[in-house]
Amino acid sequence: MADTTAPTPLIDMRNISIAFGGIRAVDDASIDLFPGEVVALLGHNGAGKSTLIKILSGAYKRDSGQIFVNGEEASIANPRDAKKYGIETIYQTLALADNVDAAANLFLGRELMTGWGTLDDGAMEAEARKVMGRLNPRFQRFKDPVVKLSGGQRQSVAIARAILFNARILIMDEPTAALGPQETAQVGELVMQLKADGIGIFLISHDIHDVFELADRVCVMKNGRVVGTARTGDVTQDEVLGMIILGKCPPGAIPGPGALKIAA
Amino acid sequence: MTDTTSNTPTADRARESELSPFGRFLKATELDIRMLGMVGALLIIWVGIHILSGGLFLTPRNLWNLSVQTSSVAIMATGMVLVIVMRNIDLSVGSVEGMIGMVMGVAQAEFLIRVMGLQLGNPWIWVIALAAGVALGLMIGALQGFIIAYLEVPAFIVTLGGLLIWRGMAWLMTSGRTVAPLDATFQLMGGGPRGSIGATASWIVGILACVAVALMLLNGRSQRKRFKFPLRPVWAESLLGVVACAAILGAVWIANSYPWPIGIVRQYAQRNGITIPEGGLFIAHGIAIPVLIAVAVGVVMTFITRRTRFGRYVFAIGGNPEAAELAGINTRWVTMKVFMIMGVLAAISAAIASARLNAATNALGTLDELLVIAAAVIGGTSLAGGSGTVLGAMLGALLMQSLQSGMVLLGIDSPLQSVVVGAVLVVAVWLDTVYRKRV
Repeated sequence: MADTTAPTPLIDMRNISIAFGGIRAVDDASIDLFPGEVVALLGHNGAGKSTLIKILSGAYKRDSGQIFVNGEEASIANPRDAKKYGIETIYQTLALADNVDAAANLFLGRELMTGWGTLDDGAMEAEARKVMGRLNPRFQRFKDPVVKLSGGQRQSVAIARAILFNARILIMDEPTAALGPQETAQVGELVMQLKADGIGIFLISHDIHDVFELADRVCVMKNGRVVGTARTGDVTQDEVLGMIILGKCPPGAIPGPGALKIAA
Repeated sequence: MTDTTSNTPTADRARESELSPFGRFLKATELDIRMLGMVGALLIIWVGIHILSGGLFLTPRNLWNLSVQTSSVAIMATGMVLVIVMRNIDLSVGSVEGMIGMVMGVAQAEFLIRVMGLQLGNPWIWVIALAAGVALGLMIGALQGFIIAYLEVPAFIVTLGGLLIWRGMAWLMTSGRTVAPLDATFQLMGGGPRGSIGATASWIVGILACVAVALMLLNGRSQRKRFKFPLRPVWAESLLGVVACAAILGAVWIANSYPWPIGIVRQYAQRNGITIPEGGLFIAHGIAIPVLIAVAVGVVMTFITRRTRFGRYVFAIGGNPEAAELAGINTRWVTMKVFMIMGVLAAISAAIASARLNAATNALGTLDELLVIAAAVIGGTSLAGGSGTVLGAMLGALLMQSLQSGMVLLGIDSPLQSVVVGAVLVVAVWLDTVYRKRV
C-alpha cells in the first residue's frame, strides 16, 4: 500500500470501518500520510470523509481497523488521546466555545495554570497574542467572546488552537468553506508553511478546486469506501472529478476497494 | 511581530475616540453595563418603595432584615447559575432544601439526643447535624447529576421528579410533624441578635474586605504589567476601589446602626450584671451570620467560576457542548459535579432557613426553586446557556426579595405581590433579550 522506499508514514490507517445504525459510513478504508505531506481527502457530502477523519481525531470510535502513528499502533479512544499523539483537528464547524474569548478557546482542555492551581489567564492571553500575531497580525479582539468575531477571525482562532501545541499531524475539515478569497489564500499560505515545517496535513474538501494545488496526493471516497489514491502530478482534475462523481479510477491512481470495477 | 505591537495602541485609540463619554467610562473601568443596570434598577426600587412607604424601607432595621431574608435564596442562586449556564435546570432545589432541613432538624432535636445519647447543648450536635446535611446534599446532587449526565435523562425531568420525591421524603420522615426547637448554636446560622457578629467584628470584616479589594486590584494590575497588556487608567482603578470600599463600609455601618431590641438588651444586661444607662444601652447587631455565609459562598463560587479549570469548562460546555467534548473535556463528569455543588448549596440554605425558623417544617423551601431560578435569570443568566455571573444572581435574589418585602411594607396583598413579581421577571428577561440583540 505504502511506498516501500519512503520513510515510515506519520499516519497509517488500515481497514477502518464504522457503522451507524446499520449504515456503513466508512467501509474498509485505508489511508496514509507522510511527514511534510499534504493529502487531500475528497468526496461528495456523505462520502464518509469527515467520519473517517473523526475516527483519527478521536471523536468517533471505529468498529474495526487499526491506526498506526509513526509505525506504532495507536489506541485512540477520545479526542484527548489523539492530541497526545500530536494529532490536531480543525473541524468544519470550528468547534469553538462561542461565549468565551480567543485565549480561552486556544487553551480549552489544556489551560495554563498558576502555581496556585488557578487559571493563568494572563499567560494564556500572552501566548494567544503571540500565535495570533503570526497568523493574523491585525487581530486585536482578545477580550471579546469569539461569537463576536468575523468568520475569518474565528477560523484563525481555530487554526491557532491546532498549531499552538506543536501538532505533528493536522486535520483540516473544509478549512475554507466559510472564507472569502483573500482569507482562503491566507489558509493556503499557512498550509505551505506548516508543510515546510514537516507537519503532515489532511485536507478534507468536497470541492476539488480548493485543494488540488495544495495537495501532494489526493484520496477519493465514495459511499464510505476509498475509490483510489493518486499523486496530484499523475492525474488531471477531470480524472479526479470522475473518481468523485462516478467512482472511476484512472490509470494514474492506485485503486481502492470502492473503485468502479470496469474490467470485471 | 514588531508590526503587531506597534499596531495595538493606535488601533485601540482609534476605536476609543468613537465612543461617547459614558462608553469611554465603561471601557476604562471595564464594568459590565448589564450589572450597572441591575444596580440601578435595585436603587430605583429601593428609593421608590422608601418614598411610597413613607420612609420605612431604607432604615437599618429593614435593610438588615432584607439581607437576612435574601441569604438562603442568594446562596442557591449562585449554584443555579452554573446549572443554567450548562443548559440544564434544577427544579428540585426547594424540595432538597426542605428534605435536608428536616434531616438536620430530626438529627439535632431527636436522633442525636435520644438515640445516640448526646447531652442537650453538646457542641458536637450542630456540627454533626450540619455535616450530615451537607453530605446528604452532596449525595442527592450526585444522584441527580449521575442520572442526568450518564443516563442521559433530561435535567428538567430528573429534577421535576426530585421536586416531588424529596418533598415526599421530608413529609414521610416525620409524617408531616414540625421538629423544634433546634440546637442553640445551630440557630445562630439563622441570624437574629445572637446570630450576628456585633459592631467590632463587623468593622474588622469590613476593613479586611476593603484590603482584599485593594489587593485584588493591585494584583490584576501587576498581572497586566507582567504581560504588557493595556492597563486601566489609574483614575478608573482608584474609582473602582473607592466605590467598592464605600459600599462595603456603608453596608457594615448600616448593620451596625441596627440595635438589639430593648427586651434582649435588658436580658443581656441582667445576665452580665450591667446597669442600663439613662436613655438605653445601644448594642448593635452587626453583620448577620447567614449574610456572612452568603457572602462567603458568593466569593467562593465566583472564584470557582472565574479562576478554576472546572469553572472554565462549565462555561465552555454551555457555549458549545460539542466543542467542549472535542477539546477533550469530560462533559459528563463536569455536569455531575455542577449538580453536586447545587446539592451542597441547597444544604447550606436549608441550615440557614431552618435555623431562622428555629424549626424544621415540611413546608421549608416550598417554591424556592422558582425564586432561585428567577433570581439567576433576573441576574443575567441566559437560559440558552453559556452566560451568567454569580454576583448577578445574588443581586437578582436581592432585587426579588426587595420587591417582596417592599410590597409587604406597602401593605399589598399577597396575590397582588405574586402578580408583580411574575411581571417583573418577564419584563426583566425581555429587557435582557433586547439588550443582547443590540450588543
